[in-house]
Amino acid sequence: MYGSTNLSEEEAKRMNTTVEDPEKLEAFESRIARGEKIEPQDWMPVEYSKQLIRMIEQHAHSEIVGALPEGTWITRAPNFRRKLALIAKVQDEIGHGQLLYSAAETLGKTREEMLNDLLSGKSKYSNVFNYPALTWADIAVIGFLVDGAAIVNQVINSKGSYGPYCRALERICYEESFHLKQGHDNVVYLATGTKHQRAILQDAINRWYRPLLHFFGPPDKQSAHSEKLMKWKVKLASNDDMRNQFLDQYVPKIWELDITFPDPNLKKNDDGIWEFSDPDWNEFKRVINGDGPCNAERIAVRKFAEEAGRWVRQALMNPSEKYVVPLA
Amino acid sequence: MNTLDPRIKRLSLDPSTEVEKTNSHLITYEVFHQEKRGKHVTHVGIVHASNPEMALVMAKEVFGRRGKTTNLWVVKTSDVYTFGSDDEDMFETTPEKTFRDPAYYKVRDRIEKFQNKQKFEHEQRT
Repeated sequence: MYGSTNLSEEEAKRMNTTVEDPEKLEAFESRIARGEKIEPQDWMPVEYSKQLIRMIEQHAHSEIVGALPEGTWITRAPNFRRKLALIAKVQDEIGHGQLLYSAAETLGKTREEMLNDLLSGKSKYSNVFNYPALTWADIAVIGFLVDGAAIVNQVINSKGSYGPYCRALERICYEESFHLKQGHDNVVYLATGTKHQRAILQDAINRWYRPLLHFFGPPDKQSAHSEKLMKWKVKLASNDDMRNQFLDQYVPKIWELDITFPDPNLKKNDDGIWEFSDPDWNEFKRVINGDGPCNAERIAVRKFAEEAGRWVRQALMNPSEKYVVPLA
Repeated sequence: MNTLDPRIKRLSLDPSTEVEKTNSHLITYEVFHQEKRGKHVTHVGIVHASNPEMALVMAKEVFGRRGKTTNLWVVKTSDVYTFGSDDEDMFETTPEKTFRDPAYYKVRDRIEKFQNKQKFEHEQRT
């Protein structure tokens, strides 16, 4: 998922033991319960700010790293119209990264610290971007289904309690709807095209199916819960609920094109819950811990960008200016 | 490194490269956006930049990519003065000051009552 709110056991324990000023905590919690937003200058529990930084930062890294598999296809887009759309989409993703880094910065972690943590491997980004884009059909599937999954996640998170994150997400969701539409357009063109076009689309769907199921994180019964994160409106829906919403919205749109998913057990039950085979959660863990097909490549490309751009940033730097945390 | 991507291959990257940490920051500018002539200029977010000119260039990329824009303003974050959120209570009673609202002044009832009374008195006289 984009901004993971899955806690390690140790973190879950700490969340329940950190002691906060009860009066301030009550004012904070009742503000959230009234549906009001929290702004950067407000008092907030240490764990609230910490979890938000982690979540928004991961989300920002995902936007930046997510642009890498697509970016390399710009020069190989099949026609000028597709090339224009892909350039616009990649630029949007970087722009979203900027918006999200800004939102995380309001909580006191600087952008440079976040970028350093991405390069050192200390902070994560979405698992889904550790898989390769082998053919043009991968670009179609990423545009439609990966962005579709991201939108499910982001629309839900935009109802959260932290003002700057919500504002960034509203803008992002608006722009992502273009990504989704152009991705769908791309998928439909391939699906209604030649035999070869249908074949590469089917192949791409086969390879992206499991990473897409992994996207929303481990099943609820396997992940550490935090009542507090729900109460504080940092986490707004469970992993399983989001995954189900995604399947409900997108599986029929692939099936109607007579394209299949590589899972004979994928079906919707009468109670509206989708069933699917175990997508190999060990693979998910392996890839998150660095052993995916593209982890090393993604970080190497980021390192290259950091190194190659250093002299420009240094030339621009005005040492007499003092950095202050952004306002909103 | 081993990759299927021709563009990445050409970079001949070495994944073991240690990257020097960046600890210096560009400062931030608050960005204000005007959608149309005659509309308010509203705050939309921030950009990092070394000077106001670069801030405008960045603001155009981040906040002026689609839809309508007539102008963008940038202001150094450190030049913006605000009330603290602890001071929010000073605005608490403002909504109660209904005497500042046009809707507070309702005279129709009084006029009707007056007219009824006039009418009644007129009828009494005749």
